[in-house]
Amino acid sequence: MTSVAEAPPGSSVESRLLADPAGTRLDVHLTQHGRLPAADLTQVIGMARDAGLTGRGGAGFPLWRKLAAVAATNRPAVVIANGAEGEPASGKDKALLAYAPNLVLDGLQLVAAGARSAVLYVPASAHPALARLLDQRRSAGLDRVPVRLVAAPDAFVAGEESAVASAVAGQGAVPADKLVRITDAGTLVQNVETLAHLAMIARYGPGWFRAAGTYDEPGTFLATVSGAVASPGVVEAGYGVALGDLIAAAGGATAPLAAVLVGGYHGAWVPADPRLPVSRAALTPYGGSPGAGVIMALPVGACGLVETARIAGYLAEQSAGQCGPCVNGLPRLASTLSDLAARRARPGLPAEVERLARLVTGRGACRHPDGTARLIHSAMRAFHADATAHLAGQCLAERSHR
Amino acid sequence: MSHAETTRIGRGQEPASRRLHVDWTACDGRGLCAELLPELLTEDDWGFPVARGDMTVPPALEPAARQAVDRCPALALRLVSERPAPASS
Repeated sequence: MTSVAEAPPGSSVESRLLADPAGTRLDVHLTQHGRLPAADLTQVIGMARDAGLTGRGGAGFPLWRKLAAVAATNRPAVVIANGAEGEPASGKDKALLAYAPNLVLDGLQLVAAGARSAVLYVPASAHPALARLLDQRRSAGLDRVPVRLVAAPDAFVAGEESAVASAVAGQGAVPADKLVRITDAGTLVQNVETLAHLAMIARYGPGWFRAAGTYDEPGTFLATVSGAVASPGVVEAGYGVALGDLIAAAGGATAPLAAVLVGGYHGAWVPADPRLPVSRAALTPYGGSPGAGVIMALPVGACGLVETARIAGYLAEQSAGQCGPCVNGLPRLASTLSDLAARRARPGLPAEVERLARLVTGRGACRHPDGTARLIHSAMRAFHADATAHLAGQCLAERSHR
Repeated sequence: MSHAETTRIGRGQEPASRRLHVDWTACDGRGLCAELLPELLTEDDWGFPVARGDMTVPPALEPAARQAVDRCPALALRLVSERPAPASS
């Protein structure tokens, strides 16, 4: 990664969670980081607040607020480490659970102080290795609260907070109505990466954590970089890292880029500007956010409308099938966008895409329709010239091949 | 009576702001709510309710809103006084 070493000052590709990963070797983990300092829940809430640690599952909600809400219920909580990662373009949770699972489990113990039970919700394929590690940690006296493994199904919405709580309660991994908040029901669902950061903060302090990232968005995050890059994979960097530095850390672009999808399938298309900071503040104007750290590079030879229609079709199939506007609206939205992508032009086609995206927004138990609409709204902005060309039977991406 | 008390009592006399909540996992688009509350709701392309505004119920429409809640065959409609929780993952 010469490009990283040569990156100018101010760039912030930096490995913390993934620096010299111990894998499932508990002895290596303990040599590197030592045992977890003892902390009660009040201290954990304090350190999470001082560090400014936010959820790394996509929503970016402050951890300390969730912890405080669960603590305010005054009953033993159910705490769940969420490693479902149903997002096809994301691989960072899987990588973290393979390379630094002890940090995740340390973080789970920190939030589980006084809890009724602790759960690690991850795909079944990861269970055997993690079950062995949990046995070792119990024998070593590391896990005061026993951890139960629950299988996360391979579905896009299986990682949504209420779907996770439902799955752990022995029901289907589908989202529930939000009239009662999950936290008010005494359940804490936290992404595995967030917990790993917490385990580092407990050892090295909130000040250390804040040395990376920006003032408003402190710390590092794991990014999954894919698409037209030489070495697709997981990269760690501080928030505010330049988009070009993340792409360089993944081996660099293999072709001139037309646009970059940030935040995942519920994210937004942004210009392929290497200087664009990957932070909530810088991405908000594009309707995006770092989300769960997905970065997908689109080469100029690929059509953004075709790619977005493909993703929209996938998202429509991934509806849990519970809410009418999602069940009916997402397939209609995807097929309407497909018509535009395939140049089956008819008057008012782009306006109909936008209307359907607005129509489904805010009308589901979870934010699956909202996220799908966000992606499509961003595509209609980013690929406006492409849409105009498609209506005239042309395609800008095809033209770039000549 | 202190000013603070006057303010508090004054606030207490104002009707609480109420809002319609749809449990989308329960709603099956029968359309009764949109018929009973045309001022607040319309129907989408598939017969599911769509808010005309932000689902806030003006005091004058509260009786009609209660009727819509009571008559929803799927028990999917509620009248609530708080904002919904932000969905997160």
